[in-house]
Amino acid sequence: MAPLDHGKRDGAAPGGAEDPSAPAAPARFLKAIYVYEVPVRLWHWVNALAITVLAVTGYLIGSPLPSMPGEASANYLMGYIRFAHFAAGYIFAIGFLGRLYWAFAGNHHAKQLFRFPFWDGHWWGELFLEARWYLFLERKPKLYVGHNPLAQFAMFWTIAVGSVFMIVTGFALYGEGAGVDSWQDRLFGWVIPLFGQSQDVHTWHHLGMWVIILFVMVHVYAAVREDIMSRQSIISTMVSGVRTFKDAEAPADEPEPKAAKPASPKALEPAG
Amino acid sequence: MAALETFYEVMRRQGITRRSFLKYCSLTAAALGLGPELVPQIVHAMETKPRTPVLWLHGLECTCCSESFIRSAHPLVKDVVLSMISLDYDDTLMAAAGHQAEAILDEVMEKYKGNYILAVEGNPPLNQDGMSCIIGGKPFLDQLRKVSRDAKAIISWGSCASFGCVQAARPNPTRATPVHEVITDKPIIKVPGCPPIAEVMTGVITYMLTFDRIPELDRQGRPKMFYSQRIHDKCYRRPHFDAGQFVEAFDDEGARKGHCLYKVGCKGPTTYNACSTVRWNEGTSFPIQAGHGCIGCSEDGFWDKGSWYARLSDFHQFGIEANADQVGATAAIGVGGVIAAHAAVSALKRAQHKGDV
Repeated sequence: MAPLDHGKRDGAAPGGAEDPSAPAAPARFLKAIYVYEVPVRLWHWVNALAITVLAVTGYLIGSPLPSMPGEASANYLMGYIRFAHFAAGYIFAIGFLGRLYWAFAGNHHAKQLFRFPFWDGHWWGELFLEARWYLFLERKPKLYVGHNPLAQFAMFWTIAVGSVFMIVTGFALYGEGAGVDSWQDRLFGWVIPLFGQSQDVHTWHHLGMWVIILFVMVHVYAAVREDIMSRQSIISTMVSGVRTFKDAEAPADEPEPKAAKPASPKALEPAG
Repeated sequence: MAALETFYEVMRRQGITRRSFLKYCSLTAAALGLGPELVPQIVHAMETKPRTPVLWLHGLECTCCSESFIRSAHPLVKDVVLSMISLDYDDTLMAAAGHQAEAILDEVMEKYKGNYILAVEGNPPLNQDGMSCIIGGKPFLDQLRKVSRDAKAIISWGSCASFGCVQAARPNPTRATPVHEVITDKPIIKVPGCPPIAEVMTGVITYMLTFDRIPELDRQGRPKMFYSQRIHDKCYRRPHFDAGQFVEAFDDEGARKGHCLYKVGCKGPTTYNACSTVRWNEGTSFPIQAGHGCIGCSEDGFWDKGSWYARLSDFHQFGIEANADQVGATAAIGVGGVIAAHAAVSALKRAQHKGDV
């Protein structure tokens, strides 16, 4: 199996601390590989928190809570909700920029989120194989050190492209309040007439939230399910950074060990 | 037609004293938001510049722009029409009619070639060769093209001329088209609103005549001095929005207390206009002050964005009309159902092949 997301094994280890098996060991036993470096993991959880805050406060900005009693001077509920939304938005945007930087500075797994190998027929083949696995048409999924092609597809479109969409429309809307002389308006104000008018941008920004919510639902479900049912670790990998494998077959995105497969053929065939 | 009379000469001829004239210049400066040091500039301009002819054409429209215009208080519209501009053609205001009226167009176009301002109220329909709007026996489209050819600048009065408004609303059978999509080689100042505020209209004209240039425009071609902020940004009910105090229904306690109309669909947060600062009818009131939300009449395509009492636009792509929340929640329920079913099948499969991996 040709590697999908890289050809060199040494990329899998962080800055210098090397995969001891690197070029010379032919019969490597893939058991645990360091995949997600600290900035990637940190970004993942910060981003998850930011998205949660953004979705909740964003929904409440669109459909506010029941009216507050008392005098206006004694309340500032919408103000606080909007502040939380803007603060989380800044964290989301800055985090995204940091993550984009790390795609260049980090290991090759860090680039995967931003790649969409449209011209790679082999990649599409594996994507459909993965889709068939989710449709219960395949007995066994392939092993991946990084993201499987289906996950990469979903992440590229909703997290890489989707985040840019939400950041651009978000700052355009923020610029409306910040005023025509603000940097937000100068940088992103062109978005408003592009969509037609302000209300259209609000509507699309709102729809973008739902797309990300759908992604989160599928993402969390798939991560939990894969953690239980597939042959590699998923959830703990985003905590510790290490991908562990439950059987000894080489992942589809790593070169196969040269030696014969250590497991017996029987173990690879599902019983039944 | 008094050819090259200056503004001042015309005013004096009408019996206006110099004192009144100076007062008028100060008021104009105030209306434009200019400092007192610019008053002499206005005075000088009025004394030396010949009155600029304005040709005011009417296409597909309801004349609400004209109705608004004649109610201008600062400056009074009589001052604008009789003293400042030379409103040589406006078929709803002028005394002449028929061939006499149409002849004025040609006369002004020739005499002030490249030096008159064209104000357009309404827009031309393009379908059926423009036959849905006939002026003086010819399609309005032809008249617009002809008169715009030698104009110095074009003012698009109201949402019709600026964006299309009701006659361009879905499905737009006559293909009513905003002016800037028909005339592409002239500077166009959009003054949207259905109608625009009277003082905004006279303010734009006064600015153009006083400084002999078009006002600074925003990305959508609207004068920044009136359209750079949303209704929401200067709304006197804004504190109730920030406090989270809303009108939930039009007859509730919040409505009586004057709370924010956001939840009953006020479009103030997405509408650029000067209603919350300039207000209407000599600053008497504006829709939100009267207890009704803004309907966003100065925004592009405001007829086609769904209910005036809802904050989210409708999507029409799904066959039915639905807003982002309805689409998103439906999709989330669908995906949730699929996930639950998928999890159940996964669990079954796993039970079948226990111990595989």
